[in-house]
Amino acid sequence: MKFKKIALASTIIVSTFCSQIVLAADTIKVGVLHSLSGTMAISETTLKDTVLMMIEEQNKAGGILGKKLEAVVVDPASNWPLFAEKTRELLAQEKVDVIFGCWTSVSRKSVLPVIEELNGLLFYPVQYEGEESSKNVFYTGAAPNQQAIPAVDYLMNDIGATRWVLAGTDYVYPRTTNKILKEYLNAKGVKDEDILINYTPFGHSDWQGIVSEIKKFGSTGKKTAVVSTINGDANIPFYKELGNQGISAEDIPVVAFSVGEEELSGFDAAPLVGHLAAWNYFQSVESDENDEFIEGWQRYIGDDERVTNDPMEATYIGFKMWAKAVEKAGTTDVDEVEQAMIGIAVPNLTGSIAVMNANHHLSKPVLIGEIQEDGQFEVVWETPDTVIGDAWSDFLPSSKNLMSDWTAPLRCGNFDVTTGKCSG
Amino acid sequence: MIRTHTRWVSWLFICLICLCKVPVYAQTADVQTVQPSNENDAALYSLAAKLPSAKLNQMESLVTEISQVPHPKTREILSLVLNGDLYYIKSNRLLVAAIKVGKEYELTDVLHDSELASVKKSKIRKVSTNNRLRGLIRSAIAVLDLNSPNKDVRLQAVKQLLDNPSTMGLDAITLRLDKEEDPEVSELMNVVLSLNQLKTGEHQAKLVAVSDLESSLQPEVRNTMVNILRELPQSQRNAQEAELAAALNEVIKNIDAKRSRYGFIENVFFGLSLGSVLLLAAIGLAITFGVMGVINMAHGEMIMLGAYTTYVIQITFPSLIEYSLLMAIPAAFLVSGFVGVLIERGVIRFLKGRPLETLLATFGVSLILQQLVRTVFSPLNRQVQAPEWMTGSWVINPVFSLTYNRLYIIIFSLVVFFTLMLILKKSSLGLHVRAVSQNRDMARALSIKSDWVDAATFGLGSGIAGVAGVVLSQLTNVGPNLGQAYIIDSFLVVVFGGVGNLWGTLVAAMSLGTINKFLEPITGSVLANIIVLVGLVLFIQKRPKGLFPQKGRSAD
Repeated sequence: MKFKKIALASTIIVSTFCSQIVLAADTIKVGVLHSLSGTMAISETTLKDTVLMMIEEQNKAGGILGKKLEAVVVDPASNWPLFAEKTRELLAQEKVDVIFGCWTSVSRKSVLPVIEELNGLLFYPVQYEGEESSKNVFYTGAAPNQQAIPAVDYLMNDIGATRWVLAGTDYVYPRTTNKILKEYLNAKGVKDEDILINYTPFGHSDWQGIVSEIKKFGSTGKKTAVVSTINGDANIPFYKELGNQGISAEDIPVVAFSVGEEELSGFDAAPLVGHLAAWNYFQSVESDENDEFIEGWQRYIGDDERVTNDPMEATYIGFKMWAKAVEKAGTTDVDEVEQAMIGIAVPNLTGSIAVMNANHHLSKPVLIGEIQEDGQFEVVWETPDTVIGDAWSDFLPSSKNLMSDWTAPLRCGNFDVTTGKCSG
Repeated sequence: MIRTHTRWVSWLFICLICLCKVPVYAQTADVQTVQPSNENDAALYSLAAKLPSAKLNQMESLVTEISQVPHPKTREILSLVLNGDLYYIKSNRLLVAAIKVGKEYELTDVLHDSELASVKKSKIRKVSTNNRLRGLIRSAIAVLDLNSPNKDVRLQAVKQLLDNPSTMGLDAITLRLDKEEDPEVSELMNVVLSLNQLKTGEHQAKLVAVSDLESSLQPEVRNTMVNILRELPQSQRNAQEAELAAALNEVIKNIDAKRSRYGFIENVFFGLSLGSVLLLAAIGLAITFGVMGVINMAHGEMIMLGAYTTYVIQITFPSLIEYSLLMAIPAAFLVSGFVGVLIERGVIRFLKGRPLETLLATFGVSLILQQLVRTVFSPLNRQVQAPEWMTGSWVINPVFSLTYNRLYIIIFSLVVFFTLMLILKKSSLGLHVRAVSQNRDMARALSIKSDWVDAATFGLGSGIAGVAGVVLSQLTNVGPNLGQAYIIDSFLVVVFGGVGNLWGTLVAAMSLGTINKFLEPITGSVLANIIVLVGLVLFIQKRPKGLFPQKGRSAD
């Protein structure tokens, strides 16, 4: 009896093991590292679905190198240390060839040492604060110079703003972005007395005092604009309070870096009309690629009201680039794909071409959109050309001498041009 | 004779415009098929025909031109652009006003007032606007609105012209002032004109303007004065300049004093409003934790259920948004109260006198409830609309206004508090609750059904938490995590106020709110929270029983 059980168990183990080997030979494994539970699930579940849709489409078109793609989905549950553990699991046990994942900067920072140690490949699809360039990571979201700086330029030149409120949630992305913006504004001749910086905790809901302060700050006769790095949920009560205190987008426009179609889809957008957002993609942009993408997405998800957003486009571009680079390299080997990636160009969804640069950041157009009543954005301004993502900000004293170039002979993500030293 | 002459000139003008924009004109030929009845019609039609193909940077001059055509449709077209309701049909570039009904848009031909068939969004395209354009249109409409029969419209128009002065607006106000009968409107008009005097007038006129503007709190007034003062030579002023500077300084000082006084009152209001939210969230807990001594970690979820009840009411009766909150208050009380009774009967009564197990069990219940709404309503936040009467603010003067939603919430929280007080002090249920909480065995000996009283008390506390949820749905996001955000604050308030003392809860909530709001401008909200928390910890060290400790035998 006992022997039978052991035999049965061992057959099962052996057979699963064998089938895995067989599968591994036939497929390319794609790891998906997005939180499917916890606070970040709202945003990240969408990206998991995007990757799965892309894999399905790629498989329909015959896969890559004649092999089918196989998704390995794990759930790091919005828990930052768990991101590192799950990365290890994906690379060491599942032996995935590439990982698409992370949303918050802190989750990326937690993954970084593991992915460098095990020499994996991560595509990171969300706008972030920059000041980083790893050999094992490709950053397909916007760096500050692809979102924050052009937005400030727009407010300064087109709206005529001379007084600035930098409002953000209290964590690394807003703090770094605001530091860069403050240096940038100072360099443009804006005095410190014309800049108000304000931080609030995550999920802040009592905005009356802060909005009243902004109102007073903006009532000195100079055109005032708010640059908001307020994260997630906290935006809705913030905009509501603006509306209730009678501040319209014409008086004090707010440009946000974290408010997109998805955030607005659960909300009555009427009090927000006219406020701005800066992204590299809006669902409302008219192009053939975009129409096709939206249609495919709504069909895949089975909901013809479902919206698309900027991190989805970044995932789309990252996936297409990776597929092209694997074809070009003829292998999924990380080092070869990494070199093949640089210089790869694929059409983005807004009608131009995205190029992967030597610093592992993309060239993308920057769009400024005004929020419409239906929760969509209307593009009011865009950069004439694509902008090259800058890994190390030129406006911070600590990083203005740094550059990143992963092509031979430099092959360095953190190169000091004055001392000629590479620190990793 | 003269009339035909002007007609000729205007026709010539129109032809010129058409010549400049030949391609546009060709595309829009079908719009022009209706013969214009007079020259204004023609001018407006030809300008309006350019709207569909105008780029954003051409829109500004186009809008200015349109606003100068004296035509009944001018204002309509401008306000359609302003509100983003002006579209054009892609195939024939016909200008239409579109209203979304269901999945389709109902169209009206703007220039000819005829109804058209409904179409899908893809057939039409919005005439684009941006913030700068909206400001321009608002000023243009303001000039037209100065003659509106409605007083509020006129007042709004003057305000717009005050904030965005233009020669056209000034001329229009000068013309209108004599005819203006409403004192409020004419006062504001005088402010606009005095300001203009202050900027451009002679010395004497400037002095008169300064004294006229003495009592005005409009931010524009202070800004202009500060700017003029700054532009005066700083040293070696002549007599006139010195006189003006002295007058300006005096007035600015007065204005600043008034502003800081109102700023103080405003801060008190903000504090009370935050306090009333804390009070509402904590008051249910003051009963379950304070009076019954049950550590209920699922209290936040009772609040959340109340908020979701509001959402359900709104989607069930979409036509009654204005009354939805009033309907939601009793509904939320019943829903949360019912769930509260279930929890008491199902879990808590088996754990009497074991606080650690109660804490863990109710924490488990809170997770179950959160997951339940995630499954039923999706993990995304739900949209709860604010009724018209809860939006906007009560403008007392230009530097001091109170938002209606906060005002109502302060009043409402006090009403809830005193009702609860009344129930506990005057009703037989209240008597029984107090009896059981003071001495259970003695109460039972006096034939009070202590089990029943426990369930009813817990239901009452939970029901009130549900009512708090209705209020919070107006202030914050309605999502599965709503409750978690308030549970800590609620415990803080109850512990700070003194467990078992409702008055303590009131004082604690209001003082925590006010302290927080007075610290916020100085330290920023993150540090303000920390300071309040540290202060509380120190306070509890000194007085472990809170502000108003229970006295006498019931204290043990």
